[in-house]
Amino acid sequence: MTKKKGLLDFVAETTFIHILFSIILGFAVGAVFLAVMGLSIGEAYGRLVSSVTSLKGFTYVVVYSVPYIVAGLSVAFSFKTGVFNIGAEGQFVMGSIAAACVGILFGNLPKILLIPMCFAAAMAAGALWGIIVAFLKTKWGINEVLSMIMFNWIAFYLSNFIAGIPAIHSDGNAEATKNISSNASMLFSKEFTKSAGLAPTFNWGFIIAIVITILVWLVIEKTTLGYELKAVGANRHAAEYGGINVNRSILTALAISGALAGLAGSLQLMGMGNRISVFSSQEGFGFAGIVVALMGCSNPFGVLIAGVFYGALIYGGSKLNLVGAPTQLINVIVGTVVFFISISVIFRNLKYLKKTKATGTKSGEAAK
Amino acid sequence: MSKEHVDMNVPVIEMRNIVKRFGDFVANDGINLTVHKGEIHAILGENGAGKSTLMNQLYGLLKPTSGDILVKGQKIDMNTPRDAIEAGIGMVHQHFMLVQPFTVTENIVLGTEPVKGIKLDMATARKNVVDISQRYGLSIDPDARIEDISVGMQQRVEILKALYRGADILILDEPTSSLTPQEIEELIGIMHNLTADGKSIILITHKLKEIKESADFCTIIRMGKYIDTVDVDSVDENDLASMMVGRKVTFQVDKPEQAPGKVILDVRDLHGVDYRGVEILKGLNLQVHAGEIVGIAGIDGNGQTELVEILTGLRKGTRGDATVNGVSIFNKSPDFGFIHGVSSIPADRQKHGLVLDFSIEDNLILQNYERNPFSRKGFLQRTPIFSHASQSISQFDIRPAGSEKRPAGTLSGGNQQKVIIAREVQNDKDLLIAVNPTRGLDVGAIEYVHKYIVHQRNKGKAVLLVSFELDEIMSLSDVIDVIFDGKIVCSIPGREANENDLGLMMAGGKKE
Repeated sequence: MTKKKGLLDFVAETTFIHILFSIILGFAVGAVFLAVMGLSIGEAYGRLVSSVTSLKGFTYVVVYSVPYIVAGLSVAFSFKTGVFNIGAEGQFVMGSIAAACVGILFGNLPKILLIPMCFAAAMAAGALWGIIVAFLKTKWGINEVLSMIMFNWIAFYLSNFIAGIPAIHSDGNAEATKNISSNASMLFSKEFTKSAGLAPTFNWGFIIAIVITILVWLVIEKTTLGYELKAVGANRHAAEYGGINVNRSILTALAISGALAGLAGSLQLMGMGNRISVFSSQEGFGFAGIVVALMGCSNPFGVLIAGVFYGALIYGGSKLNLVGAPTQLINVIVGTVVFFISISVIFRNLKYLKKTKATGTKSGEAAK
Repeated sequence: MSKEHVDMNVPVIEMRNIVKRFGDFVANDGINLTVHKGEIHAILGENGAGKSTLMNQLYGLLKPTSGDILVKGQKIDMNTPRDAIEAGIGMVHQHFMLVQPFTVTENIVLGTEPVKGIKLDMATARKNVVDISQRYGLSIDPDARIEDISVGMQQRVEILKALYRGADILILDEPTSSLTPQEIEELIGIMHNLTADGKSIILITHKLKEIKESADFCTIIRMGKYIDTVDVDSVDENDLASMMVGRKVTFQVDKPEQAPGKVILDVRDLHGVDYRGVEILKGLNLQVHAGEIVGIAGIDGNGQTELVEILTGLRKGTRGDATVNGVSIFNKSPDFGFIHGVSSIPADRQKHGLVLDFSIEDNLILQNYERNPFSRKGFLQRTPIFSHASQSISQFDIRPAGSEKRPAGTLSGGNQQKVIIAREVQNDKDLLIAVNPTRGLDVGAIEYVHKYIVHQRNKGKAVLLVSFELDEIMSLSDVIDVIFDGKIVCSIPGREANENDLGLMMAGGKKE
């Protein structure tokens, strides 16, 4: 087009630029808060950057980012297939408690057996949580968003209940499960992390996250399964017409998405947590997955990068109190970023609205 | 047609040497257009010739790269549709822009609602709307909700919307593409009422018959270039068609005589209900033989839609049977029907025919993505998928060339239909069901679609053609079955049919 492109057009047309723009706005809003509190913006953001760029700091970031990446992949996968997996939170919780049970009860099994068993239990539990919701949707047309939110709470209380069962519950005073067997842990050896100057919690989870990223990409882009699920997501009528079983596709999509969220739960447990606490509120890894999927444009590799970025914010944010800034500031920044990404529709429509508001031509579309 | 209502001394629209480029692509290359007061001016061109681009510039949605636009003698810089509206231009888009849950009155006054204090003055609004509608003979129900009224009435609402905003120059973009023959006749009457009152109308279309019936002048555009402006009285449909596509067009379908073969599709005592659960198919019987085109003629709502949905596996019937080559496809999945010999060109190409976000190459394998050679062990094989698309694009003349990876949604309607035709013809099943296969297409594309439908018949395939275009049914069918009230009420050889008898039987009357 020969028409001169304004900043608005540019931001609206390029998803990546739009996301970058949202991130910058997020930090700008954070800066306003810092200024209001009378803190140095340079010092606070400087601390944020320095805490995640050292070798040790960066390995912490990597460790933090693993559950966010895999939960993000879970949500991104659901976006691609036309369902919105807001239930990743519950699937994550189910995955982690299932892995914990296996890791505690079968602690004597060798690593090579126990770790895959934990993963399998976690993925099965997450998938089950997804399938139930998908079944309710395809069988009786129950809105999946509503049932997922309910299932998040069911998972939350179920996890607390299981953590209280004597065979699982901690022998000490802690309101938590026992620690999982060291055979279920994915940590690198203490000697290695210490001598290499890495974070002591550095573990195999990151490698697994990368492998899962590639697998998800392969499934979405290269397989007939991905074709089928995307077709149902993009136009279920045409997919049905073309002979695709739409209900089976929705079940499959939510099962896979749920399995990924469950896996994310086990990675968090076996890489970092080591045990499951009795929660007083939802931990929010699954909800963070939604944020990461949005930031990553639902592209698996985008999610990988967004997950690391999110991990950096969370880890770096925890160091902000060293300069007197509240840790909550990071939540303000994240919230703002998400806000601007989610209102991308407005960015896209703003220039269009400018053109058509006089005619009301947008109204028909808006009503659909 | 007499031109007494046209005031040739008063040009209301002058577009001079309009050029519009999108990057390297020249959509409009030096187009001239003059429209006078009281004139109906048709703009004729194939799908993608640049008609809509030209009109979008007149309506302020796009800015010309170069060239001038004069409205009523004044040069106007059209930046937004507001400028166009202020200059007295109104546009009725092909796809209506109406708020479905609002009433007719609410839609018409939307944005310019009369107020009393801080309250909406709906009584005045309603009165104004009724006044204008009576003045131009646009019959509407001011209190009906848009979602409850017919497509024809929705269009009248769109026209009223423009008139309500004071338009005296109306742009109608493909206004007849979704109307029934009766509604088209009504629309032409309305257009004449408007021009008699001094309004001017620009009619974007590719339907030659309607141009002959309604327009005074016609400007022809081909591949973005200005071809000519002609007095409609001085040309016939063949002249217009050849100017539009740049070559001679044959309306006659070349169809050799051939004896039908064995029964392919056999529908027995079919019963079914519509989306409300009301019985709409009431014991329908139908047969289609190999090497035969059976046309279903009927007024919309007599069960054609449900018949096709049952045959393609999208809807469950309540009773009866339907077999293809002796295998029952009744109440089976779409895939089952496909495997046993059913392919179809669906009525709604954007809803059922294509996944618009998918590329052309992916749309071309919609039923075959799981089969050799397009996938192996669950992995899509991109090389055969791409070469299949390349070959289809050249064989079926899908434009633009080289669009294998382009989303189907970016193609023009005619080319979208070609993608579906390419897919279904290459599926090469024993039965082809085609539903309104040429709706919204230009003559070039229609000729093309007809050629392939007849081609399948000549190859010995059975074709079931469902269409609201009687001309299409009559020119293609070997046998015409008239559907009325959920049954086939009569079956006559295609060459013995005439429009009057068919019309009578479609309305439930008996042939004398």
